[in-house]
Amino acid sequence: MPFVLMTLSTTARPATDLGYLLFKHPAKAQRFPQSSGTAHVFYPVAGEDLCTAALLLDVDPVALARNNRGREGYVNDRPYAAGSLLAVTLGSVFRTAMNGRCDERPELAAAAIPLAVRLPAVSCRGGAELAERLFAPMGWRVEARPLPLDPEFPEWGDSHHLDLRLTGELRLADALRHLYVLLPVMDNTKHYWVGEDEVAKLIRAGGDWLVAHPERELISARYLAHRRGYVRTALERLAELDDTPEEEVDEATDEPVVRPLAVVRRQAVLDALREVGARRVLDLGCGPGSLLLDLVADTSFTELVGTDVSSVALTIADRRISRLPDRARARVAVRQSSLTYTDPALAGFDAAVLMEVVEHLDPSRLAALEHVVFAGARPEHVVVTTPNIEYNPLYPTLAAGAFRHPDHRFEWTRAEFREWADGVAARNGYTARFLPVGPEDPVAGSPTQLAVFSKVTKEVAA
Amino acid sequence: MSELAIPDMSLVVLIGASGSGKSTFARKHFAASQVLSSDYFRGLVSDDENDQGASADAFDALHYVAGKRLARGLVTVVDATNVQQRVRARLVELAKAHDVLPVAVVLDLPEAECVRRNAARPDRDFGAHVVQRHVRELRKSLKWLGKEGFRKVHVLRDQSEVDSARFVQEPLRNDLRGETGPFDVIGDVHGCRAELEELLGELGYAVERDPAGRAVGAAHPEGRRVVFVGDLVDRGPDTPGVLRLAMGMVEAGNALAVCGNHEQKLARALRGRKVTVRHGLAESLAQLGTEDPEFVKRAEVFCDSLVSHYLLDEGKLVVAHAGLPAQYHGRASGRVRSFALYGDTTGETDEYGLPVRYPWARDYRGSAVVLYGHTPTPEVEWINSTMCLDTGCVFGGKLTALRYPEREVVSVAAHEVWYEPVRPLVPAVEEREPTALALADVIGRRVVETAELGMVTVREEQTAAALEVMSRFAVDPRWLVYLPPTMAPADTHKEGPVLEHPREAFAEFGGLPVVCEEKHMGSRAVVLVTRSPDVAPRRFAIEGDGAVYTRTGRTFLPAPLTSSLLTRVRAAAAGLWDELETDWLLLDAELLPWNAKAGKLINEQFAPTGAAAAAALPAAVELLSQAADRGVDVADLLTKTRTRETNALGFRDAYRRYCWPTSDLDGVRLAPFQVLAAEGRAFHDRPHVWHLAVAAKLRAADPELFTETRYLEVDTADPSSVAAGVRWWEDLTAAGGEGMVVKPAANLVRMGRKLALPGIKVRGREYLRIIYGPDYTDHLDRFRDRKLGKKRSLALREYALGLEALERLSRNEPLWRVHECVFAVLALESEPVDPRL
Repeated sequence: MPFVLMTLSTTARPATDLGYLLFKHPAKAQRFPQSSGTAHVFYPVAGEDLCTAALLLDVDPVALARNNRGREGYVNDRPYAAGSLLAVTLGSVFRTAMNGRCDERPELAAAAIPLAVRLPAVSCRGGAELAERLFAPMGWRVEARPLPLDPEFPEWGDSHHLDLRLTGELRLADALRHLYVLLPVMDNTKHYWVGEDEVAKLIRAGGDWLVAHPERELISARYLAHRRGYVRTALERLAELDDTPEEEVDEATDEPVVRPLAVVRRQAVLDALREVGARRVLDLGCGPGSLLLDLVADTSFTELVGTDVSSVALTIADRRISRLPDRARARVAVRQSSLTYTDPALAGFDAAVLMEVVEHLDPSRLAALEHVVFAGARPEHVVVTTPNIEYNPLYPTLAAGAFRHPDHRFEWTRAEFREWADGVAARNGYTARFLPVGPEDPVAGSPTQLAVFSKVTKEVAA
Repeated sequence: MSELAIPDMSLVVLIGASGSGKSTFARKHFAASQVLSSDYFRGLVSDDENDQGASADAFDALHYVAGKRLARGLVTVVDATNVQQRVRARLVELAKAHDVLPVAVVLDLPEAECVRRNAARPDRDFGAHVVQRHVRELRKSLKWLGKEGFRKVHVLRDQSEVDSARFVQEPLRNDLRGETGPFDVIGDVHGCRAELEELLGELGYAVERDPAGRAVGAAHPEGRRVVFVGDLVDRGPDTPGVLRLAMGMVEAGNALAVCGNHEQKLARALRGRKVTVRHGLAESLAQLGTEDPEFVKRAEVFCDSLVSHYLLDEGKLVVAHAGLPAQYHGRASGRVRSFALYGDTTGETDEYGLPVRYPWARDYRGSAVVLYGHTPTPEVEWINSTMCLDTGCVFGGKLTALRYPEREVVSVAAHEVWYEPVRPLVPAVEEREPTALALADVIGRRVVETAELGMVTVREEQTAAALEVMSRFAVDPRWLVYLPPTMAPADTHKEGPVLEHPREAFAEFGGLPVVCEEKHMGSRAVVLVTRSPDVAPRRFAIEGDGAVYTRTGRTFLPAPLTSSLLTRVRAAAAGLWDELETDWLLLDAELLPWNAKAGKLINEQFAPTGAAAAAALPAAVELLSQAADRGVDVADLLTKTRTRETNALGFRDAYRRYCWPTSDLDGVRLAPFQVLAAEGRAFHDRPHVWHLAVAAKLRAADPELFTETRYLEVDTADPSSVAAGVRWWEDLTAAGGEGMVVKPAANLVRMGRKLALPGIKVRGREYLRIIYGPDYTDHLDRFRDRKLGKKRSLALREYALGLEALERLSRNEPLWRVHECVFAVLALESEPVDPRL
């Protein structure tokens, strides 16, 4: 059965007092049944100068898979790497110690003692550097060595596992609380569903040290599995505990903040649609329906149809639409369609929107999209937005050469976008004009580029 | 006795006052399901057959049902008084909407008789004045029924006529389903007599001549017949000569001809109607001017008598001058005739002032072959089972015929440019369509008819899921002509140290000879390779060398690498083109190493597991040993942990065997094991040793790229052969192999009436650590109760769909027909199945 492993050592003399602190006798090997398997505590070393307690969690992968149903593959590293499993076990096996109680040696429990923690394989998404940022502020000395994915394949690089050693003079209870909170934070995944009681757990275990921790936002976000509502609650409650004045709290995630541009972009599309006087509008690739919900607020749009290839996205959009008042709802509909299959139901609209869609198609399929939208559906106007790659260097968090989204198949310069759009327009009897969207940089241009295609109306001979 | 003729598929409208005996009459002559009675529908919607207030709803429902029947081409009788013009008008509209003919049958019985009958019925409580009104309205209508649009009007004036009447169902003039050919269908002739005579000669017809040496007929020694697609006349040098020959052939039963728009107009001109003389009509009129009036009259009658389309060969062949969409086949209406003569236009005109034609053939999804002309194109080509045979002979192109059912094209070149074209000849599909596929071809619940397994159903949510994958991740559907089926493992071995064992696989094919093929641990790859760059545009309507894709239709490699890979496959296949008489090949293969495609999976799942285990387990063993040395009782835990350490190392070794570094194509290897298809044929009827021999030829040509697939033939009926098979597998897996696939040696086989699975995999003990986890060997019994039924059923359905795709591909069927099967395979793959199987 797989397992995870942690050792905790002290050199405070007599080191064997660690047994009192942990409530576990150094001469015995003990077993503690857990929901995820069995925890074993034993002492490989128990001397006057050095005492080491080992916690070994024997994970039952069947039990784990039951908890984990459908969320991960059958083979995963969870059973071998310390993470939220170990944190839960710490909280149960060393509960009393974590609470700072020690009836036999109360003065020892209250004192900072030299401690060493070793986790030979701990999952840390963020590497050694993150481990340093997380543990150092509380006075730990951090030695973190990344484990290579496979020494036989050095070109694969390092895994997200560290061989982590922490040393420092701390109260044992504090050390355990640090681990309890930070093990799942390093791992950035929980083996169980994160519910609202997790906020309370976080406050309980982190209340006294997390308030002053420079990474408290990241810690809260990761601990609460990025569930925004919970993160906000936690940060608010932490702020109440804090003496320092309240700071503005927004977008408490460690992802780059892009939302405002999305809002600006939707507004730009809305403006373009109003300008051409469109009333019946198609939103091709509507996703969860954000643009549709913006458009429906303007009653000059009499019919709004969103299409997407993803039935998951459409289910979300449908749910959002169903919450609209009856009269608004009657003007919006979503249905599944694809931009690479012709669909006669898309014909006859005043305008079609392709907002941040084209870059999700392989370049070789763009001709199919062109055929479906410009030759098949043939709306009077087509509004297209796509990222301007020239602007990417202005995003500090974006690695050089990286696209803004992992699914982007390409991102275009302004010239490339123009070339494509002009070609599409010429081949299909449209004209194209271009507008910047978002803050304009004198050199790089705007973050988003927008084109409005308009059908050339031709005199039809009788 | 009077015979009342009604055309096939017609809408028969009974007209008569209340009490005239319509229902009795309808019951006598038609099946109950054919008769839609207004009384009955009133009852359906209101529970009261006489509730006149329910009439509007009742007629709505009646029209709806009638529409469904007419769409199926079923004779339908409307039993209602129908004495008012506006009521009949809706029925005439309904018939037109379904392109069938409306027929009126009037029961014009004496008023007194009707009143008497109503009085005898207790449920009819309305007075004589109602009948009076009915009779009055009916009489008023009688002489206008023809004008209202009824194609035939039968009036029965007394009870004896009613009693003696008998209906005769007449086939429509276009219905020649009984004529099964073979045919030679000839494109637009346009007065090119010399070329027509030459073409008839090429086709094997003996031309008959009159004393003046003029061709007056032609007959084929084997009784083949010509079908002219229309536009025999105008523009060319000898319209009278063409007519003389064609008329002679038609009159002698050696040819059929449908009407072209030029015959239609010429007939009008000859009848003395006022027509605009252009598009070559002037030439015809001038040439006919020198003929004797008798001939001209004969020509006029001929042109006037031509039907706009023919349904031939049990409905499998349709000939219409400008083509015909499926819903019009065998139907009769003004718009059907109009479409057949003039085609569909978008309403726009091009820069030459000619109408822009709507490419109806691109949307054609019918099963019948449609042959037509009308739009000159430089070369004929199949578009969704349709072909335009007008190759612009009069404009200096050629005159073309298609042999049916052989589908051979025969052409003769124009002797000269007889008429300057207004616009240059362009291909039927002007630019290659980026996609000819429609959403309706793939989404919703689908039932695909397969030759090997009958109907295979794909559920709506499965097609919805596949649409996303196909649209966003798959290669262009023109390349994606096949997807391989999933493969089921052998039944679970019930005891011993393994979960899978060859014995169960051999038992599966009990008695049959099988081939055991080494299973390469890489990624399944389908390789479509062409002989030269001009092949793909011609055969697959796409530019490029071919494609290499995964079992979910995704590309493996970046475009330049795919291209270099295909170049090497093409070079290695140099000896196969002639041997297999093809200029393209579709191969089923395994692409190695595993990490070439699964790198992400390995680096995110398998390698981290190995790394964590390799760090934690030795540390734990050391700590436990220390504790044991101190006298702490950890012996059991130590033993367990040591076993785990061994398992973890085994796990790491297992995946390591299938990984090696690659750089561009260096290190990439291909193990082909089956030739799926080539031009004109699929190869699932060839034994596997033949396929492996082809693979060996590729390997001989490029041993660096191609990897050998080792195999062993086993006779499952011979115990010693079976034992040898088991040993072979044991050696293979002991040396680190993934395992083997056991296939029926003959390839596609049936066991009794059941289609056999194409292969069963038997995976090795060490390999399965990757699948079931490092320690699965310690808990084998826990895994033995795995359920294989769903996986096997899925494998069989996907196999049948894949075979169907290959068959359709080899018959050169339209892309949507092939894609339908491929899409269905992908859709079935969205079914949740235990991924460890």
